[in-house]
Amino acid sequence: MSEIILPRRQLIARVGGLAATLPLLSACDVINEASAVRKILSMGEEMNRASQRALVDRNAMAREFSRADLSPVFRANGTRLPAGKAYAAHAASGFADWRVAVTGLVARPLSLSMADIRAMPQRSQITRHDCVEGWSAIGQWTGVQLSRILAAAGVRDNARYIVFRCADRLGDALYYESCDMVDARHPQTILAWALNDAVLPIANGAPLRLRIERQLGYKHAKYVNAIEAVASLDGIGAGKGGYWEDRIDYEWYAGI
Amino acid sequence: MSDVDPSPAPPPQRVYRHRLPTRLWHWLNAVTLLVLLMSGLMIFNAHPRLYWGEYGANNDAAWLVIGSTPDTGYLRIGSLRVETTGVLGRWTNAEGVEKTWAFPGWATIPTSYNLADGRRWHLFFAWVLSIGLTLYMLWTVISGHLKKDLHVRRTEWSPRHIWHDVKDHARLRFPRGEAAARYGILQKLSYIGVIFILLPLMIATGLTMSPGINAGAPWLLDLFGGRQSARSIHFIAAWALVAFFFVHIAMVLLAGPVNEIRSMVTGWFRLPPEKDV
Repeated sequence: MSEIILPRRQLIARVGGLAATLPLLSACDVINEASAVRKILSMGEEMNRASQRALVDRNAMAREFSRADLSPVFRANGTRLPAGKAYAAHAASGFADWRVAVTGLVARPLSLSMADIRAMPQRSQITRHDCVEGWSAIGQWTGVQLSRILAAAGVRDNARYIVFRCADRLGDALYYESCDMVDARHPQTILAWALNDAVLPIANGAPLRLRIERQLGYKHAKYVNAIEAVASLDGIGAGKGGYWEDRIDYEWYAGI
Repeated sequence: MSDVDPSPAPPPQRVYRHRLPTRLWHWLNAVTLLVLLMSGLMIFNAHPRLYWGEYGANNDAAWLVIGSTPDTGYLRIGSLRVETTGVLGRWTNAEGVEKTWAFPGWATIPTSYNLADGRRWHLFFAWVLSIGLTLYMLWTVISGHLKKDLHVRRTEWSPRHIWHDVKDHARLRFPRGEAAARYGILQKLSYIGVIFILLPLMIATGLTMSPGINAGAPWLLDLFGGRQSARSIHFIAAWALVAFFFVHIAMVLLAGPVNEIRSMVTGWFRLPPEKDV
């Protein structure tokens, strides 16, 4: 989720390619690349997901803070300005024509404008944002609960995941993420259009970013322009459910 | 006691010192903690700054930073700054390429920067540690190991007794004969400290960094003073375990490495004969 990471990845790929031709890779790294090892290590993610789903109430709330707890500066990460004329035109017009398509396994596909979204009941929450890298920032987010949008669209019973499509291109693809229905319907899962009582800055995902408060930052898709209800993640990207999940094997369940 | 004549040359007496669960857990834990440390250093490399409180990012005051200038590497703790070029913040990898990650490749899993893989290793072995520790703690209680071998008796708490053991360790005078089969007060305190304080602290502070666990157990945030404080304590406690490791290895080497390691492999310990008086 970061342009800082991407060049690193390319660098690693180059260095790794070089190292593979030389007998320089340490034993540890040979083990790290073995597919059987990766399968075993991935059991950790499944154990974390299953245990947290079993032990933590589906509606248990992330801690909410007071205004006194706000980070003086809310750090932006990942894309800070989506490239392209289309996004620039949206930004120039204050996102007046931005639309969010709600499609997939729904009874009533929707195309919501920012005015439609602001007209719905709003939720405001001061929460802690945790980046996978280790830092945290506290900010106040205001927006509409995803559950309200899903209810308005009439999500079908066979929908198991919600996929979020974004307007920012990172390397070879537009950013995308997904979550299960427990997090999708969680009261604190909102599509936020304001940060700290001001219109969401572009660096933080204007005009709309997902807040999914019980998971790490890369799950909080920015520049959201489409929401899709699906029965399986198989057809989404490479099938692991998110941009970084597909490319560098970040965990799909990022609750830890 | 002394009315029986000792045989002229008694064979070295052997005692069964470590039972199977202790030996299994010891070696499993040795591997697990090494993987957790090295993958943990990789995760630290993703954001080599530590804070106190709930939040903390690049614009906030960090109490510990490992960083780099255009040509050096440094470690800063509070206002103390140490140049660490070559080891921390700026170092050269096996291919001869200069890197500015905090911890060098030889200390991390995997060797070159990869947060995703570091997390995979860390979060899998965290389960190995947690399950192993829980089972071992239960076993120490059920088997009587805790009460019989680790329990600190009232007389051992006396400052004189503790001071005596400290002096013996400082003079590298280790118990011989029967006494060598039992743990001294410093040993008991170290093992209890690691098993019942440091390792549970590592697990609890690790869980406090989980936004999912925070929702289910927000009291953990209060216990440690926030997520970033928990991250700092996790880091400090990890180095306390490293310190334990070095002292532990030093003591094994000084007390007789072959006998000590054999006892942790086979269970059987050869009592060092009493010195001729």
